[in-house]
Amino acid sequence: MHMADALLSPAVGMTLWAGTSAVGGYASKKLKERIDDRMIPLMGVLGAFIFAAQMINFTIPGTGSSGHLGGGMILAILLGPHAAFLVMASVLTVQALFFADGGLLALGCNIWNLGVYPCYLVYPLIYKTWVGESKNPGRILVASLVSGVTALQLGAFSVVMETLMSGKSELSFSAFVLMMQPIHLAIGIVEGFVTAGVINYVRSARPEILESIAVARPLGAEVSLKKVMMTFAVLVIITGGALSWFASTHPDGLEWSIEKVTGKGELREAERGIARMLRRIQEKTAFLPDYGFKPEGNDSKKTEAAAAWPGIKAGTSVSGIVGAVVVLGMIVLIGIGVRSSRNRDA
Amino acid sequence: MTFDEKYFDIGRLDRLSYRDTFVHRLDPRAKVIATMLFLFTVISFPKYEVIALAPFFLYPVLMMTIGEIPVRFMIRKIIVVSPFAVFIGIFNPLLDTRTVAVIFGVSLSAGWISFLSILMKFALTISAALLLIATTSFPGVCHALRRLGLPALFVSQLLFLYRYLFVLMEEAMRIIRAREMRSFGSRGAGMKMFVRLLGILFLRTVDRAERIYYAMLSRGFQGDIPTLKRSHIALSDLLFLSVVITCLGVFRFFPLTEGIGRLAQELF
Repeated sequence: MHMADALLSPAVGMTLWAGTSAVGGYASKKLKERIDDRMIPLMGVLGAFIFAAQMINFTIPGTGSSGHLGGGMILAILLGPHAAFLVMASVLTVQALFFADGGLLALGCNIWNLGVYPCYLVYPLIYKTWVGESKNPGRILVASLVSGVTALQLGAFSVVMETLMSGKSELSFSAFVLMMQPIHLAIGIVEGFVTAGVINYVRSARPEILESIAVARPLGAEVSLKKVMMTFAVLVIITGGALSWFASTHPDGLEWSIEKVTGKGELREAERGIARMLRRIQEKTAFLPDYGFKPEGNDSKKTEAAAAWPGIKAGTSVSGIVGAVVVLGMIVLIGIGVRSSRNRDA
Repeated sequence: MTFDEKYFDIGRLDRLSYRDTFVHRLDPRAKVIATMLFLFTVISFPKYEVIALAPFFLYPVLMMTIGEIPVRFMIRKIIVVSPFAVFIGIFNPLLDTRTVAVIFGVSLSAGWISFLSILMKFALTISAALLLIATTSFPGVCHALRRLGLPALFVSQLLFLYRYLFVLMEEAMRIIRAREMRSFGSRGAGMKMFVRLLGILFLRTVDRAERIYYAMLSRGFQGDIPTLKRSHIALSDLLFLSVVITCLGVFRFFPLTEGIGRLAQELF
């Protein structure tokens, strides 16, 4: 469920990057206030643990397909939200760099989807309020299941929204949601079971470890409900505002998806409202040229695009295809040339 | 992929960064900035743009050939991560069926063009990101990010993760081998055993973190990981960056491909 660069528009990517960096800055600041030095290696090694654990596959009962661990919830329960968020962000960064899972521009989205929701929303609001200091395994299991499912549903829904806002995919909102949510329901349940299993196992095998981590973890981890809600409200307003402003300069995908959505579904009213609001914002910002830095030559193409499909004129498209073939051929030749001259040197 | 394959795969990408070529010698900061600009430019093209994307392949090809990165290895890595983008993109031809061209009697729909655009952007962005690591090394990227203003805490987190990634993967590999030796068929592959394995791996991890912490304390750890390697921006770095920026600008704003095509048509 990693978001990919190729499906992303710059506006959406940058907005999510901005949101993620804001949360990351907040987490580092909070951690630095009261950090025990011992946490630094612990966080790093636990990141490596999540990474290694993700590489172990297991069969999901009844289906025969294999799953692996996301890890956000385990980290949040063990380390508290701030440290867990940073560990999760670092795991996703390494994944983006080494496996190219997603990509570097989509990294902001991925950290948001898989880090912010479990650490800052689900953990303080669901897991912590239910479990608290309780050591009851049953309670931990139920809370982990609900948290795992909620976190993944939120993440999956965000992937849908980010893709649709970017407007590179033709999938309709309802089809996309129907595809993503059930899959991630299953994954969330598995995640919940694994999370509870590990926490309960560690608690029964070596209870002192959890306690020592709890002592080392910064006191700032005591997040108050009110504060979280406030922060999220502010973030939602900021990202919403930024997104709609950006989206209005690049309307095709968003308007298209909203148009599709308004056709059917319960979200009708809400989406209509948003659509109307966006259109109004768009009217107000209409003097902004698309992208703001487009060359003059492309303007005619753009206006045509609004009317129908970007009408590529026969002449330009033929030379375009010829040009693409020539360019790609030249690039391959350059590559071969560099390589063979290298080989001769060596 | 089995666990062992995944492990050696990461190791291989890491080892590629040990080479010593012009690209490897460039300052990590210059490469990080160039990669981000490249990604941003590629992504900024509208949905139906295919032709103007062609010149951008020059960047990965040059990085790959000058940096002596094996092409087949990169292509395989790109294909391995492609499923999500392909899966989402393949709906475009199915849903967007307006015909835009007829080539040799076969009508081409707009969806295929946007799908092709997604695939090209995918190949470009993924290869650029992988090449950054393959030519810079992970610690190099981390220190560059530190110099570019990322919080020190996060960067040391990344460095720790990288340092212990291989250690813990070996630990996990031992556990998995032990499981495979003792179990037949699909026995022991279920979730219950997985949870136990994770629990054990976790306990070992925490114990290791404790030992690391004491070892670091005795060596004077004060919460930050300094680097001894002094990096400075050389003339070649500035040259590299300015060439990259100029090329990106030209490729983005001028219909270069069409111009070359027209030229080729006139020639022949």
